[in-house]
This record gives sequence, structure tokens and C-alpha cells, in this order.
Amino acid sequence: MKLDLDPEYEAFRAEVSGTLAKNRHLAPTAEDKGYKNARRIAWQKLLIEHGLAARTIPKAYGGYGGEPDILKARIIAEEFARSRIPGPMSGQGIAMLVPTLLELGTEEQKQAYIRPTIEGEMIWCQGYSEPGAGSDLAALRTSAVEDGDDYVINGSKIWTSTAKQADMIFCLVRTDPAAKKHEGITYITFPMSTPGIEVRPLVDMTGSANFNEVFFTNVRVPKSGVIAKPNVGWQVANATLTHERGMLGDPKATKARFLELVTLMKDESVNGQRLIDNPHLRDRLMKLQSEVYAMQANGLRITTSRLKGEPAGLAGLIVKLNGCDLNHEIARLAIDALGELGILYEEGEHLRADGSWQWRYMYDLGLIIGGGTAQIQKNIIAERGLNMPREPKLAKA
Amino acid sequence: MEFALSEDQRLLQDSLKGVLAGAASLDQIRKIAEGDAEAANALESALVDFGLAALLVPEDAGGLGLSLLDACLVQEALGYHVAPSRFLVNAVAATALKDYPDLLTLIAAGEAKFGLALTELTSRRDGAGLSFAKGKLSGKALLAMDVEGATHLLAADTDGQLHVVQMIAEREQMRTIDKTRAFHEVILTGEKAAAAPKSDNRVLAIARLLVAADTLGAAQAMLDKAVAYAAERQQFGRVIGSFQAVKHLCAEMAAKLEPGRALIWHAAHALDIGDPEGPVMANLAKSYMAEAGTFIARTSTEVHGGMGFTDLVGLHYWFKRIGVNRQLFGSPEQARETAAQLQGMMA
Repeated sequence: MKLDLDPEYEAFRAEVSGTLAKNRHLAPTAEDKGYKNARRIAWQKLLIEHGLAARTIPKAYGGYGGEPDILKARIIAEEFARSRIPGPMSGQGIAMLVPTLLELGTEEQKQAYIRPTIEGEMIWCQGYSEPGAGSDLAALRTSAVEDGDDYVINGSKIWTSTAKQADMIFCLVRTDPAAKKHEGITYITFPMSTPGIEVRPLVDMTGSANFNEVFFTNVRVPKSGVIAKPNVGWQVANATLTHERGMLGDPKATKARFLELVTLMKDESVNGQRLIDNPHLRDRLMKLQSEVYAMQANGLRITTSRLKGEPAGLAGLIVKLNGCDLNHEIARLAIDALGELGILYEEGEHLRADGSWQWRYMYDLGLIIGGGTAQIQKNIIAERGLNMPREPKLAKA
Repeated sequence: MEFALSEDQRLLQDSLKGVLAGAASLDQIRKIAEGDAEAANALESALVDFGLAALLVPEDAGGLGLSLLDACLVQEALGYHVAPSRFLVNAVAATALKDYPDLLTLIAAGEAKFGLALTELTSRRDGAGLSFAKGKLSGKALLAMDVEGATHLLAADTDGQLHVVQMIAEREQMRTIDKTRAFHEVILTGEKAAAAPKSDNRVLAIARLLVAADTLGAAQAMLDKAVAYAAERQQFGRVIGSFQAVKHLCAEMAAKLEPGRALIWHAAHALDIGDPEGPVMANLAKSYMAEAGTFIARTSTEVHGGMGFTDLVGLHYWFKRIGVNRQLFGSPEQARETAAQLQGMMA
């Protein structure tokens, strides 16, 4: 057991912190909104140049070309959080498509897509879920029929975030309707400007459209957009789903929210009493703290497993389930602590924190469902973590 | 950076589990619960032979000088087997008495065996209370642990100050749900204090952390038993472990238990290296494991169906161990309040 870092890494931390301090005047501000904002793109390029973004992406594709190093990645994330300087861009292109291309893309695909994606010049959306294929993703029905050098795509996708802004989509389509459900799927990329694509915003319970529906009507796309080869899309997608599950439930983000809640309860008073001095609310706060600390320590275990190249086992399998639930509970206590004013939303004189606690309470429920529902997570924990038997297949009617 | 157990630590825990598999089998535990002195002595001497008494005593006082993290691993193994042991109380005494080398040497040699009366720190009631005047300790303490066969008593007075007295106190057993461990009401009539160890938040934090580790072990055993039972028991023509209703209960137990293990390691390590956050983490670990343990005790029993409710299967020993641990050295609410105080959360 050793939690401090070797001198090499402490030196690296000092270097990162120095680079951030020296360049912080170039960082985008709250005014620099939206995708493809010039200042945000310039900042991203500067971060890549210094190895603070796209660190392990080869130089040939526009990255920094560093060796993979989990501790260095962790130090970089910690220094961004500590200095409160906006971190590197994220999004499904950077987090999910780029790792997939690096592993399975052709040289041509890597050359065409990786650099603009990591620099923020090319935005991607993900076409996985369908109205009839949620938890049972492999039941997807959007069809792609061969026609010469093209596929012709018909069907629809749902829960597509950034579909309006995206230049490109990476999409799962059914290319072999006769094959077993996992074996007839193809992973394909194409421009969102292709004729026949319609994007409809999907307004959710928060009141805003955080996701979209995407409809395909005779959308003709070149076969060159296929990643790996036709009909192995399920395996290709599974390579990226691992990346998505890692993002949901990150204990560092949960800890930051918890600290915001502590600040709220110390700053707000009701009937002349600070919220944190109310023993009922304080008890709930401390209970959440025990869970936040436990998930943080669990994260240290996962990091150690990754450093050793060992599977993280149960410690890894529970992160999405616990982390998303904990975020939701933190927002719930914030609302309860605010009491009657906790119901305010959107705007108004008495609104606290721009109504973000109510927004998070609802949005986080979406994340408990999305990215593999809590129930699917429990199946995975039971089957892969505890070696319990799989659900027997229902007999065909 | 390495947040994991060392090879030595894994070996320590595995070899202790090996000893306990024989000396603390369910049959032996049943005998101990029914008052069979021979079975109790056999277990105690197996643990003495293993060297538990000397574990936390520094090397220069004749001990093994192991860490609090090691102690948590030992306590977890004891909890896993619902094994009664002097280890927890002796470990608390060894940490409290770090400035008393003579007593430490006696502990390491197995010549000093401690009882523990800490309820003054957490709940004073029913006319109990120990007062300290002119170097003497008098009064009554409830739920003192391991006083039978002890040579010394480590006790807190009504001001929270710790004292050590020779164990000549009058006592009466207090029956609890857990028949494997003995709790007593002790009466002191002006016993002369042999030592007044420094009474900071560390001693209570360590006692609470060790209880959390004990619950971790007991809860892990209950989860393992539930998963094993679900893989065997058949209903509606299939093993019940293939039903999502049962699988999800097991997944929920694992999801609550696993972070508790990491929190206990982190708290123990923080206390070992003198991190000022150590006592906060230890109190949070006590609260976390009390809640997770209670959930697992109930849920594992439910997965066992009617059999879980019977004496035959014996699952209730673990259920009761966890139930006692939840209240021991303070309820989860009290542990959370201590953690809040240590952080200066309230006015």
C-alpha cells in the first residue's frame, strides 16, 4: 500500500501545473460557447501540443504521441480540476470513435478522421439505440442494403446526442437480416449531411433537448465508411462501449458535486440556521460522504489494477451503477436541503445555482437509465462478477 | 502508487482463514454459542498459536509491529468466520497504550489480556458511568467486552479519559443477540488506575474501524453463502440464481460491499501513515459498513428463503454479528456525527 507518487511523477505534476499556469490566459471562458468556437479549438490545439490532450494519439494522426501512462493521465486530470482551468474537449468522437479507429480503422480512415476529431474541427454523433433496441441493442433493425459501392440505409436511431451539431455519425446497421442477431451488424461511418437524414430534437424531462431522434430514408453512403469489415459491427461496438461505461460514474466528478453540496449547506440558512447545522440534513450529508469516499477508494483500486494490467473485477463492474446513483442522491439532498425553494427552476429572483440541482436530479436519472440501465448493470455484476447463471433463453413461441 | 494488498498481507489473511476454517467451523461456533468452554478454549489457543496477541505491538516491545491495515485484514477474517476473539480489544489496547512499553510487552507475551469498556464515549445511561478521582476509578460500565479471563480493563470515564485498571471488577453478563461474544456489566469500586493513556479521537476511530472490518468479513460470508445457495436451490425447474429477482439482490449486495472494502483499506492506511484525515475515514467506514452490512444481512437471509430463517443453516450467527457490530462503539448516526465534528462541519 503506497499512495504517494514516485519523484518522476511529482516532477511531471509540477510541469503540468506550470504549463497550465503559464497559459491560463488563453483558456476559453464562459462566453466561448458552442462547438467549433475558435478560442476553444485554439485551446485544444495548445493542449495537444503540450501533451495535455490526445496524449497517447500518435503524432502522425495529430496527437501528442506519448506513451500510455495511467498515472500521468490521472495527474493531468487532477491538475485541470485543481486549477479550475477548462480541460480538454470530450465527446463521443474523441472518447469512443478515435480509440476504435486506432484499433480497427484503415490507414486511410485514421488519416481522414483522427486529427480533425481530436482538434475539435469534426463533431461526431453515435447511432446505436433504436426505438425497438434499447437494452437489447443487438436487436437493432436499421437496414443497410448493398448497392454497388454503396449501402442504402433505412430506419431510425434514438438518444443521439449532438446529432444537430455533428458532421459525422458512427452507426450500427443491419447488413445481414438472415444471420443471428449479433452476427449481421455492421459498424459504419458517414457524413450527417448525406441526403435523406432527418434530425428531430427529443425534449426530455429537464425541459431541454439533450438528445435527438435521427431518421434515415434511402440514405446512400459509400462502403468505404465501414470500420473493420461488414457483419462484425457488434465486436467493433463492444470495443467502444467499454470506453463509455468508464466515463459514466467517474468518482472524481462525484466528489466535485459532493463538495458543491457541502458549500451549499454551509452558505444557505433557513430560519436563521445554516443547513449544515440541521442534524437531520447533516446526517444525510455525512452518509453521502461515506459513499463518496468509498467510491473514491474503489477508484484507487481500479487504477492499481490497470497499472498492473490486471482486470479490475467487481470493483470495476459496480462503478456505473453506484456512481450514477450517488450523483442522483447528491442532487436529491441538495433539493431537500433547499426545502420549498428547492422546487424553483429555470429563472427567478430566488433561484439557487441556476436551478442546476433540479436539472441534475432529472438528468442523472437519465444517466441511471442510459449507457446500460441499472438493471442491465446488475445482470452484468451477477453474471461476470459473481459467476451466477445467465437467464435461460425463452422457448420460441 | 499502489492501492492493493501486499503478497505478505494476502498470505497473512489466507493462513488465518485456514486456521479458522477448522477451529471456527460452524459446528465449533455452535458449541461456543452454547457455552462449551472446551470449544472456546480450543479456538482461543489456535489464535494465540497463530500469534494474534503480538500483532499490533511494536517490535521493540516484543511484538510483530504490523500495521493497522494488517489488523483490519485479521479482523475481517475473524468476522468472516463469526469467530469470537480477544484480538479486537487487544488491538485497541495496544494502540491506546503506545506510550506504555511495559504493558505492551505483557500484551505481546499474552500475559496481559484486556477487557474494554468504552460505552462512556458513546452512550451513558441506566445509571452507568465511571468517575475518576484521586487516581481511582469507580462506577458502573455497560456492555464491556472480553472481561471474562481478562487481566486488565481499558475503560473510559465520564469525561472521555481512558484508564487502565487491574481486572478485579465485579461483573454480570449482559445477554445480547450474539451468543458467540460475551458482554458484561462491570462494577468498579475505587480500582487504582495503572495507566492513563492519551485519549484522542484516534482510539475510538481505531475501535470503530476494526468493527467495520469485522462487518466486512461477516457480510462477505453472507454474500458468498447467498450466491452458493442460489446456485444449488431449485424452484420452478431451475436454479433460483438464474432468476433476475435473485441475481439482482446478489448484485446489489456486491455493489454495496466492494466499495466498503476499499474504504477500510484507505482509512487504515491513512491512520498508519498519520494522515490527518485518517480518523474521519475510519468513522465514515464504520457508518458505511453498518449500513451496507445491515442491508446484506437482511438480503442474504431473504435469498436463502425459509432456510435462512432457521437455526439449522446457522446464517443467523452472521446476521447477529452484523447487528451487534452496527451498534458497537456507537451507531452509524454517531459515527457520522463524529466524522462531521472532526471536519468542523457544524457551528
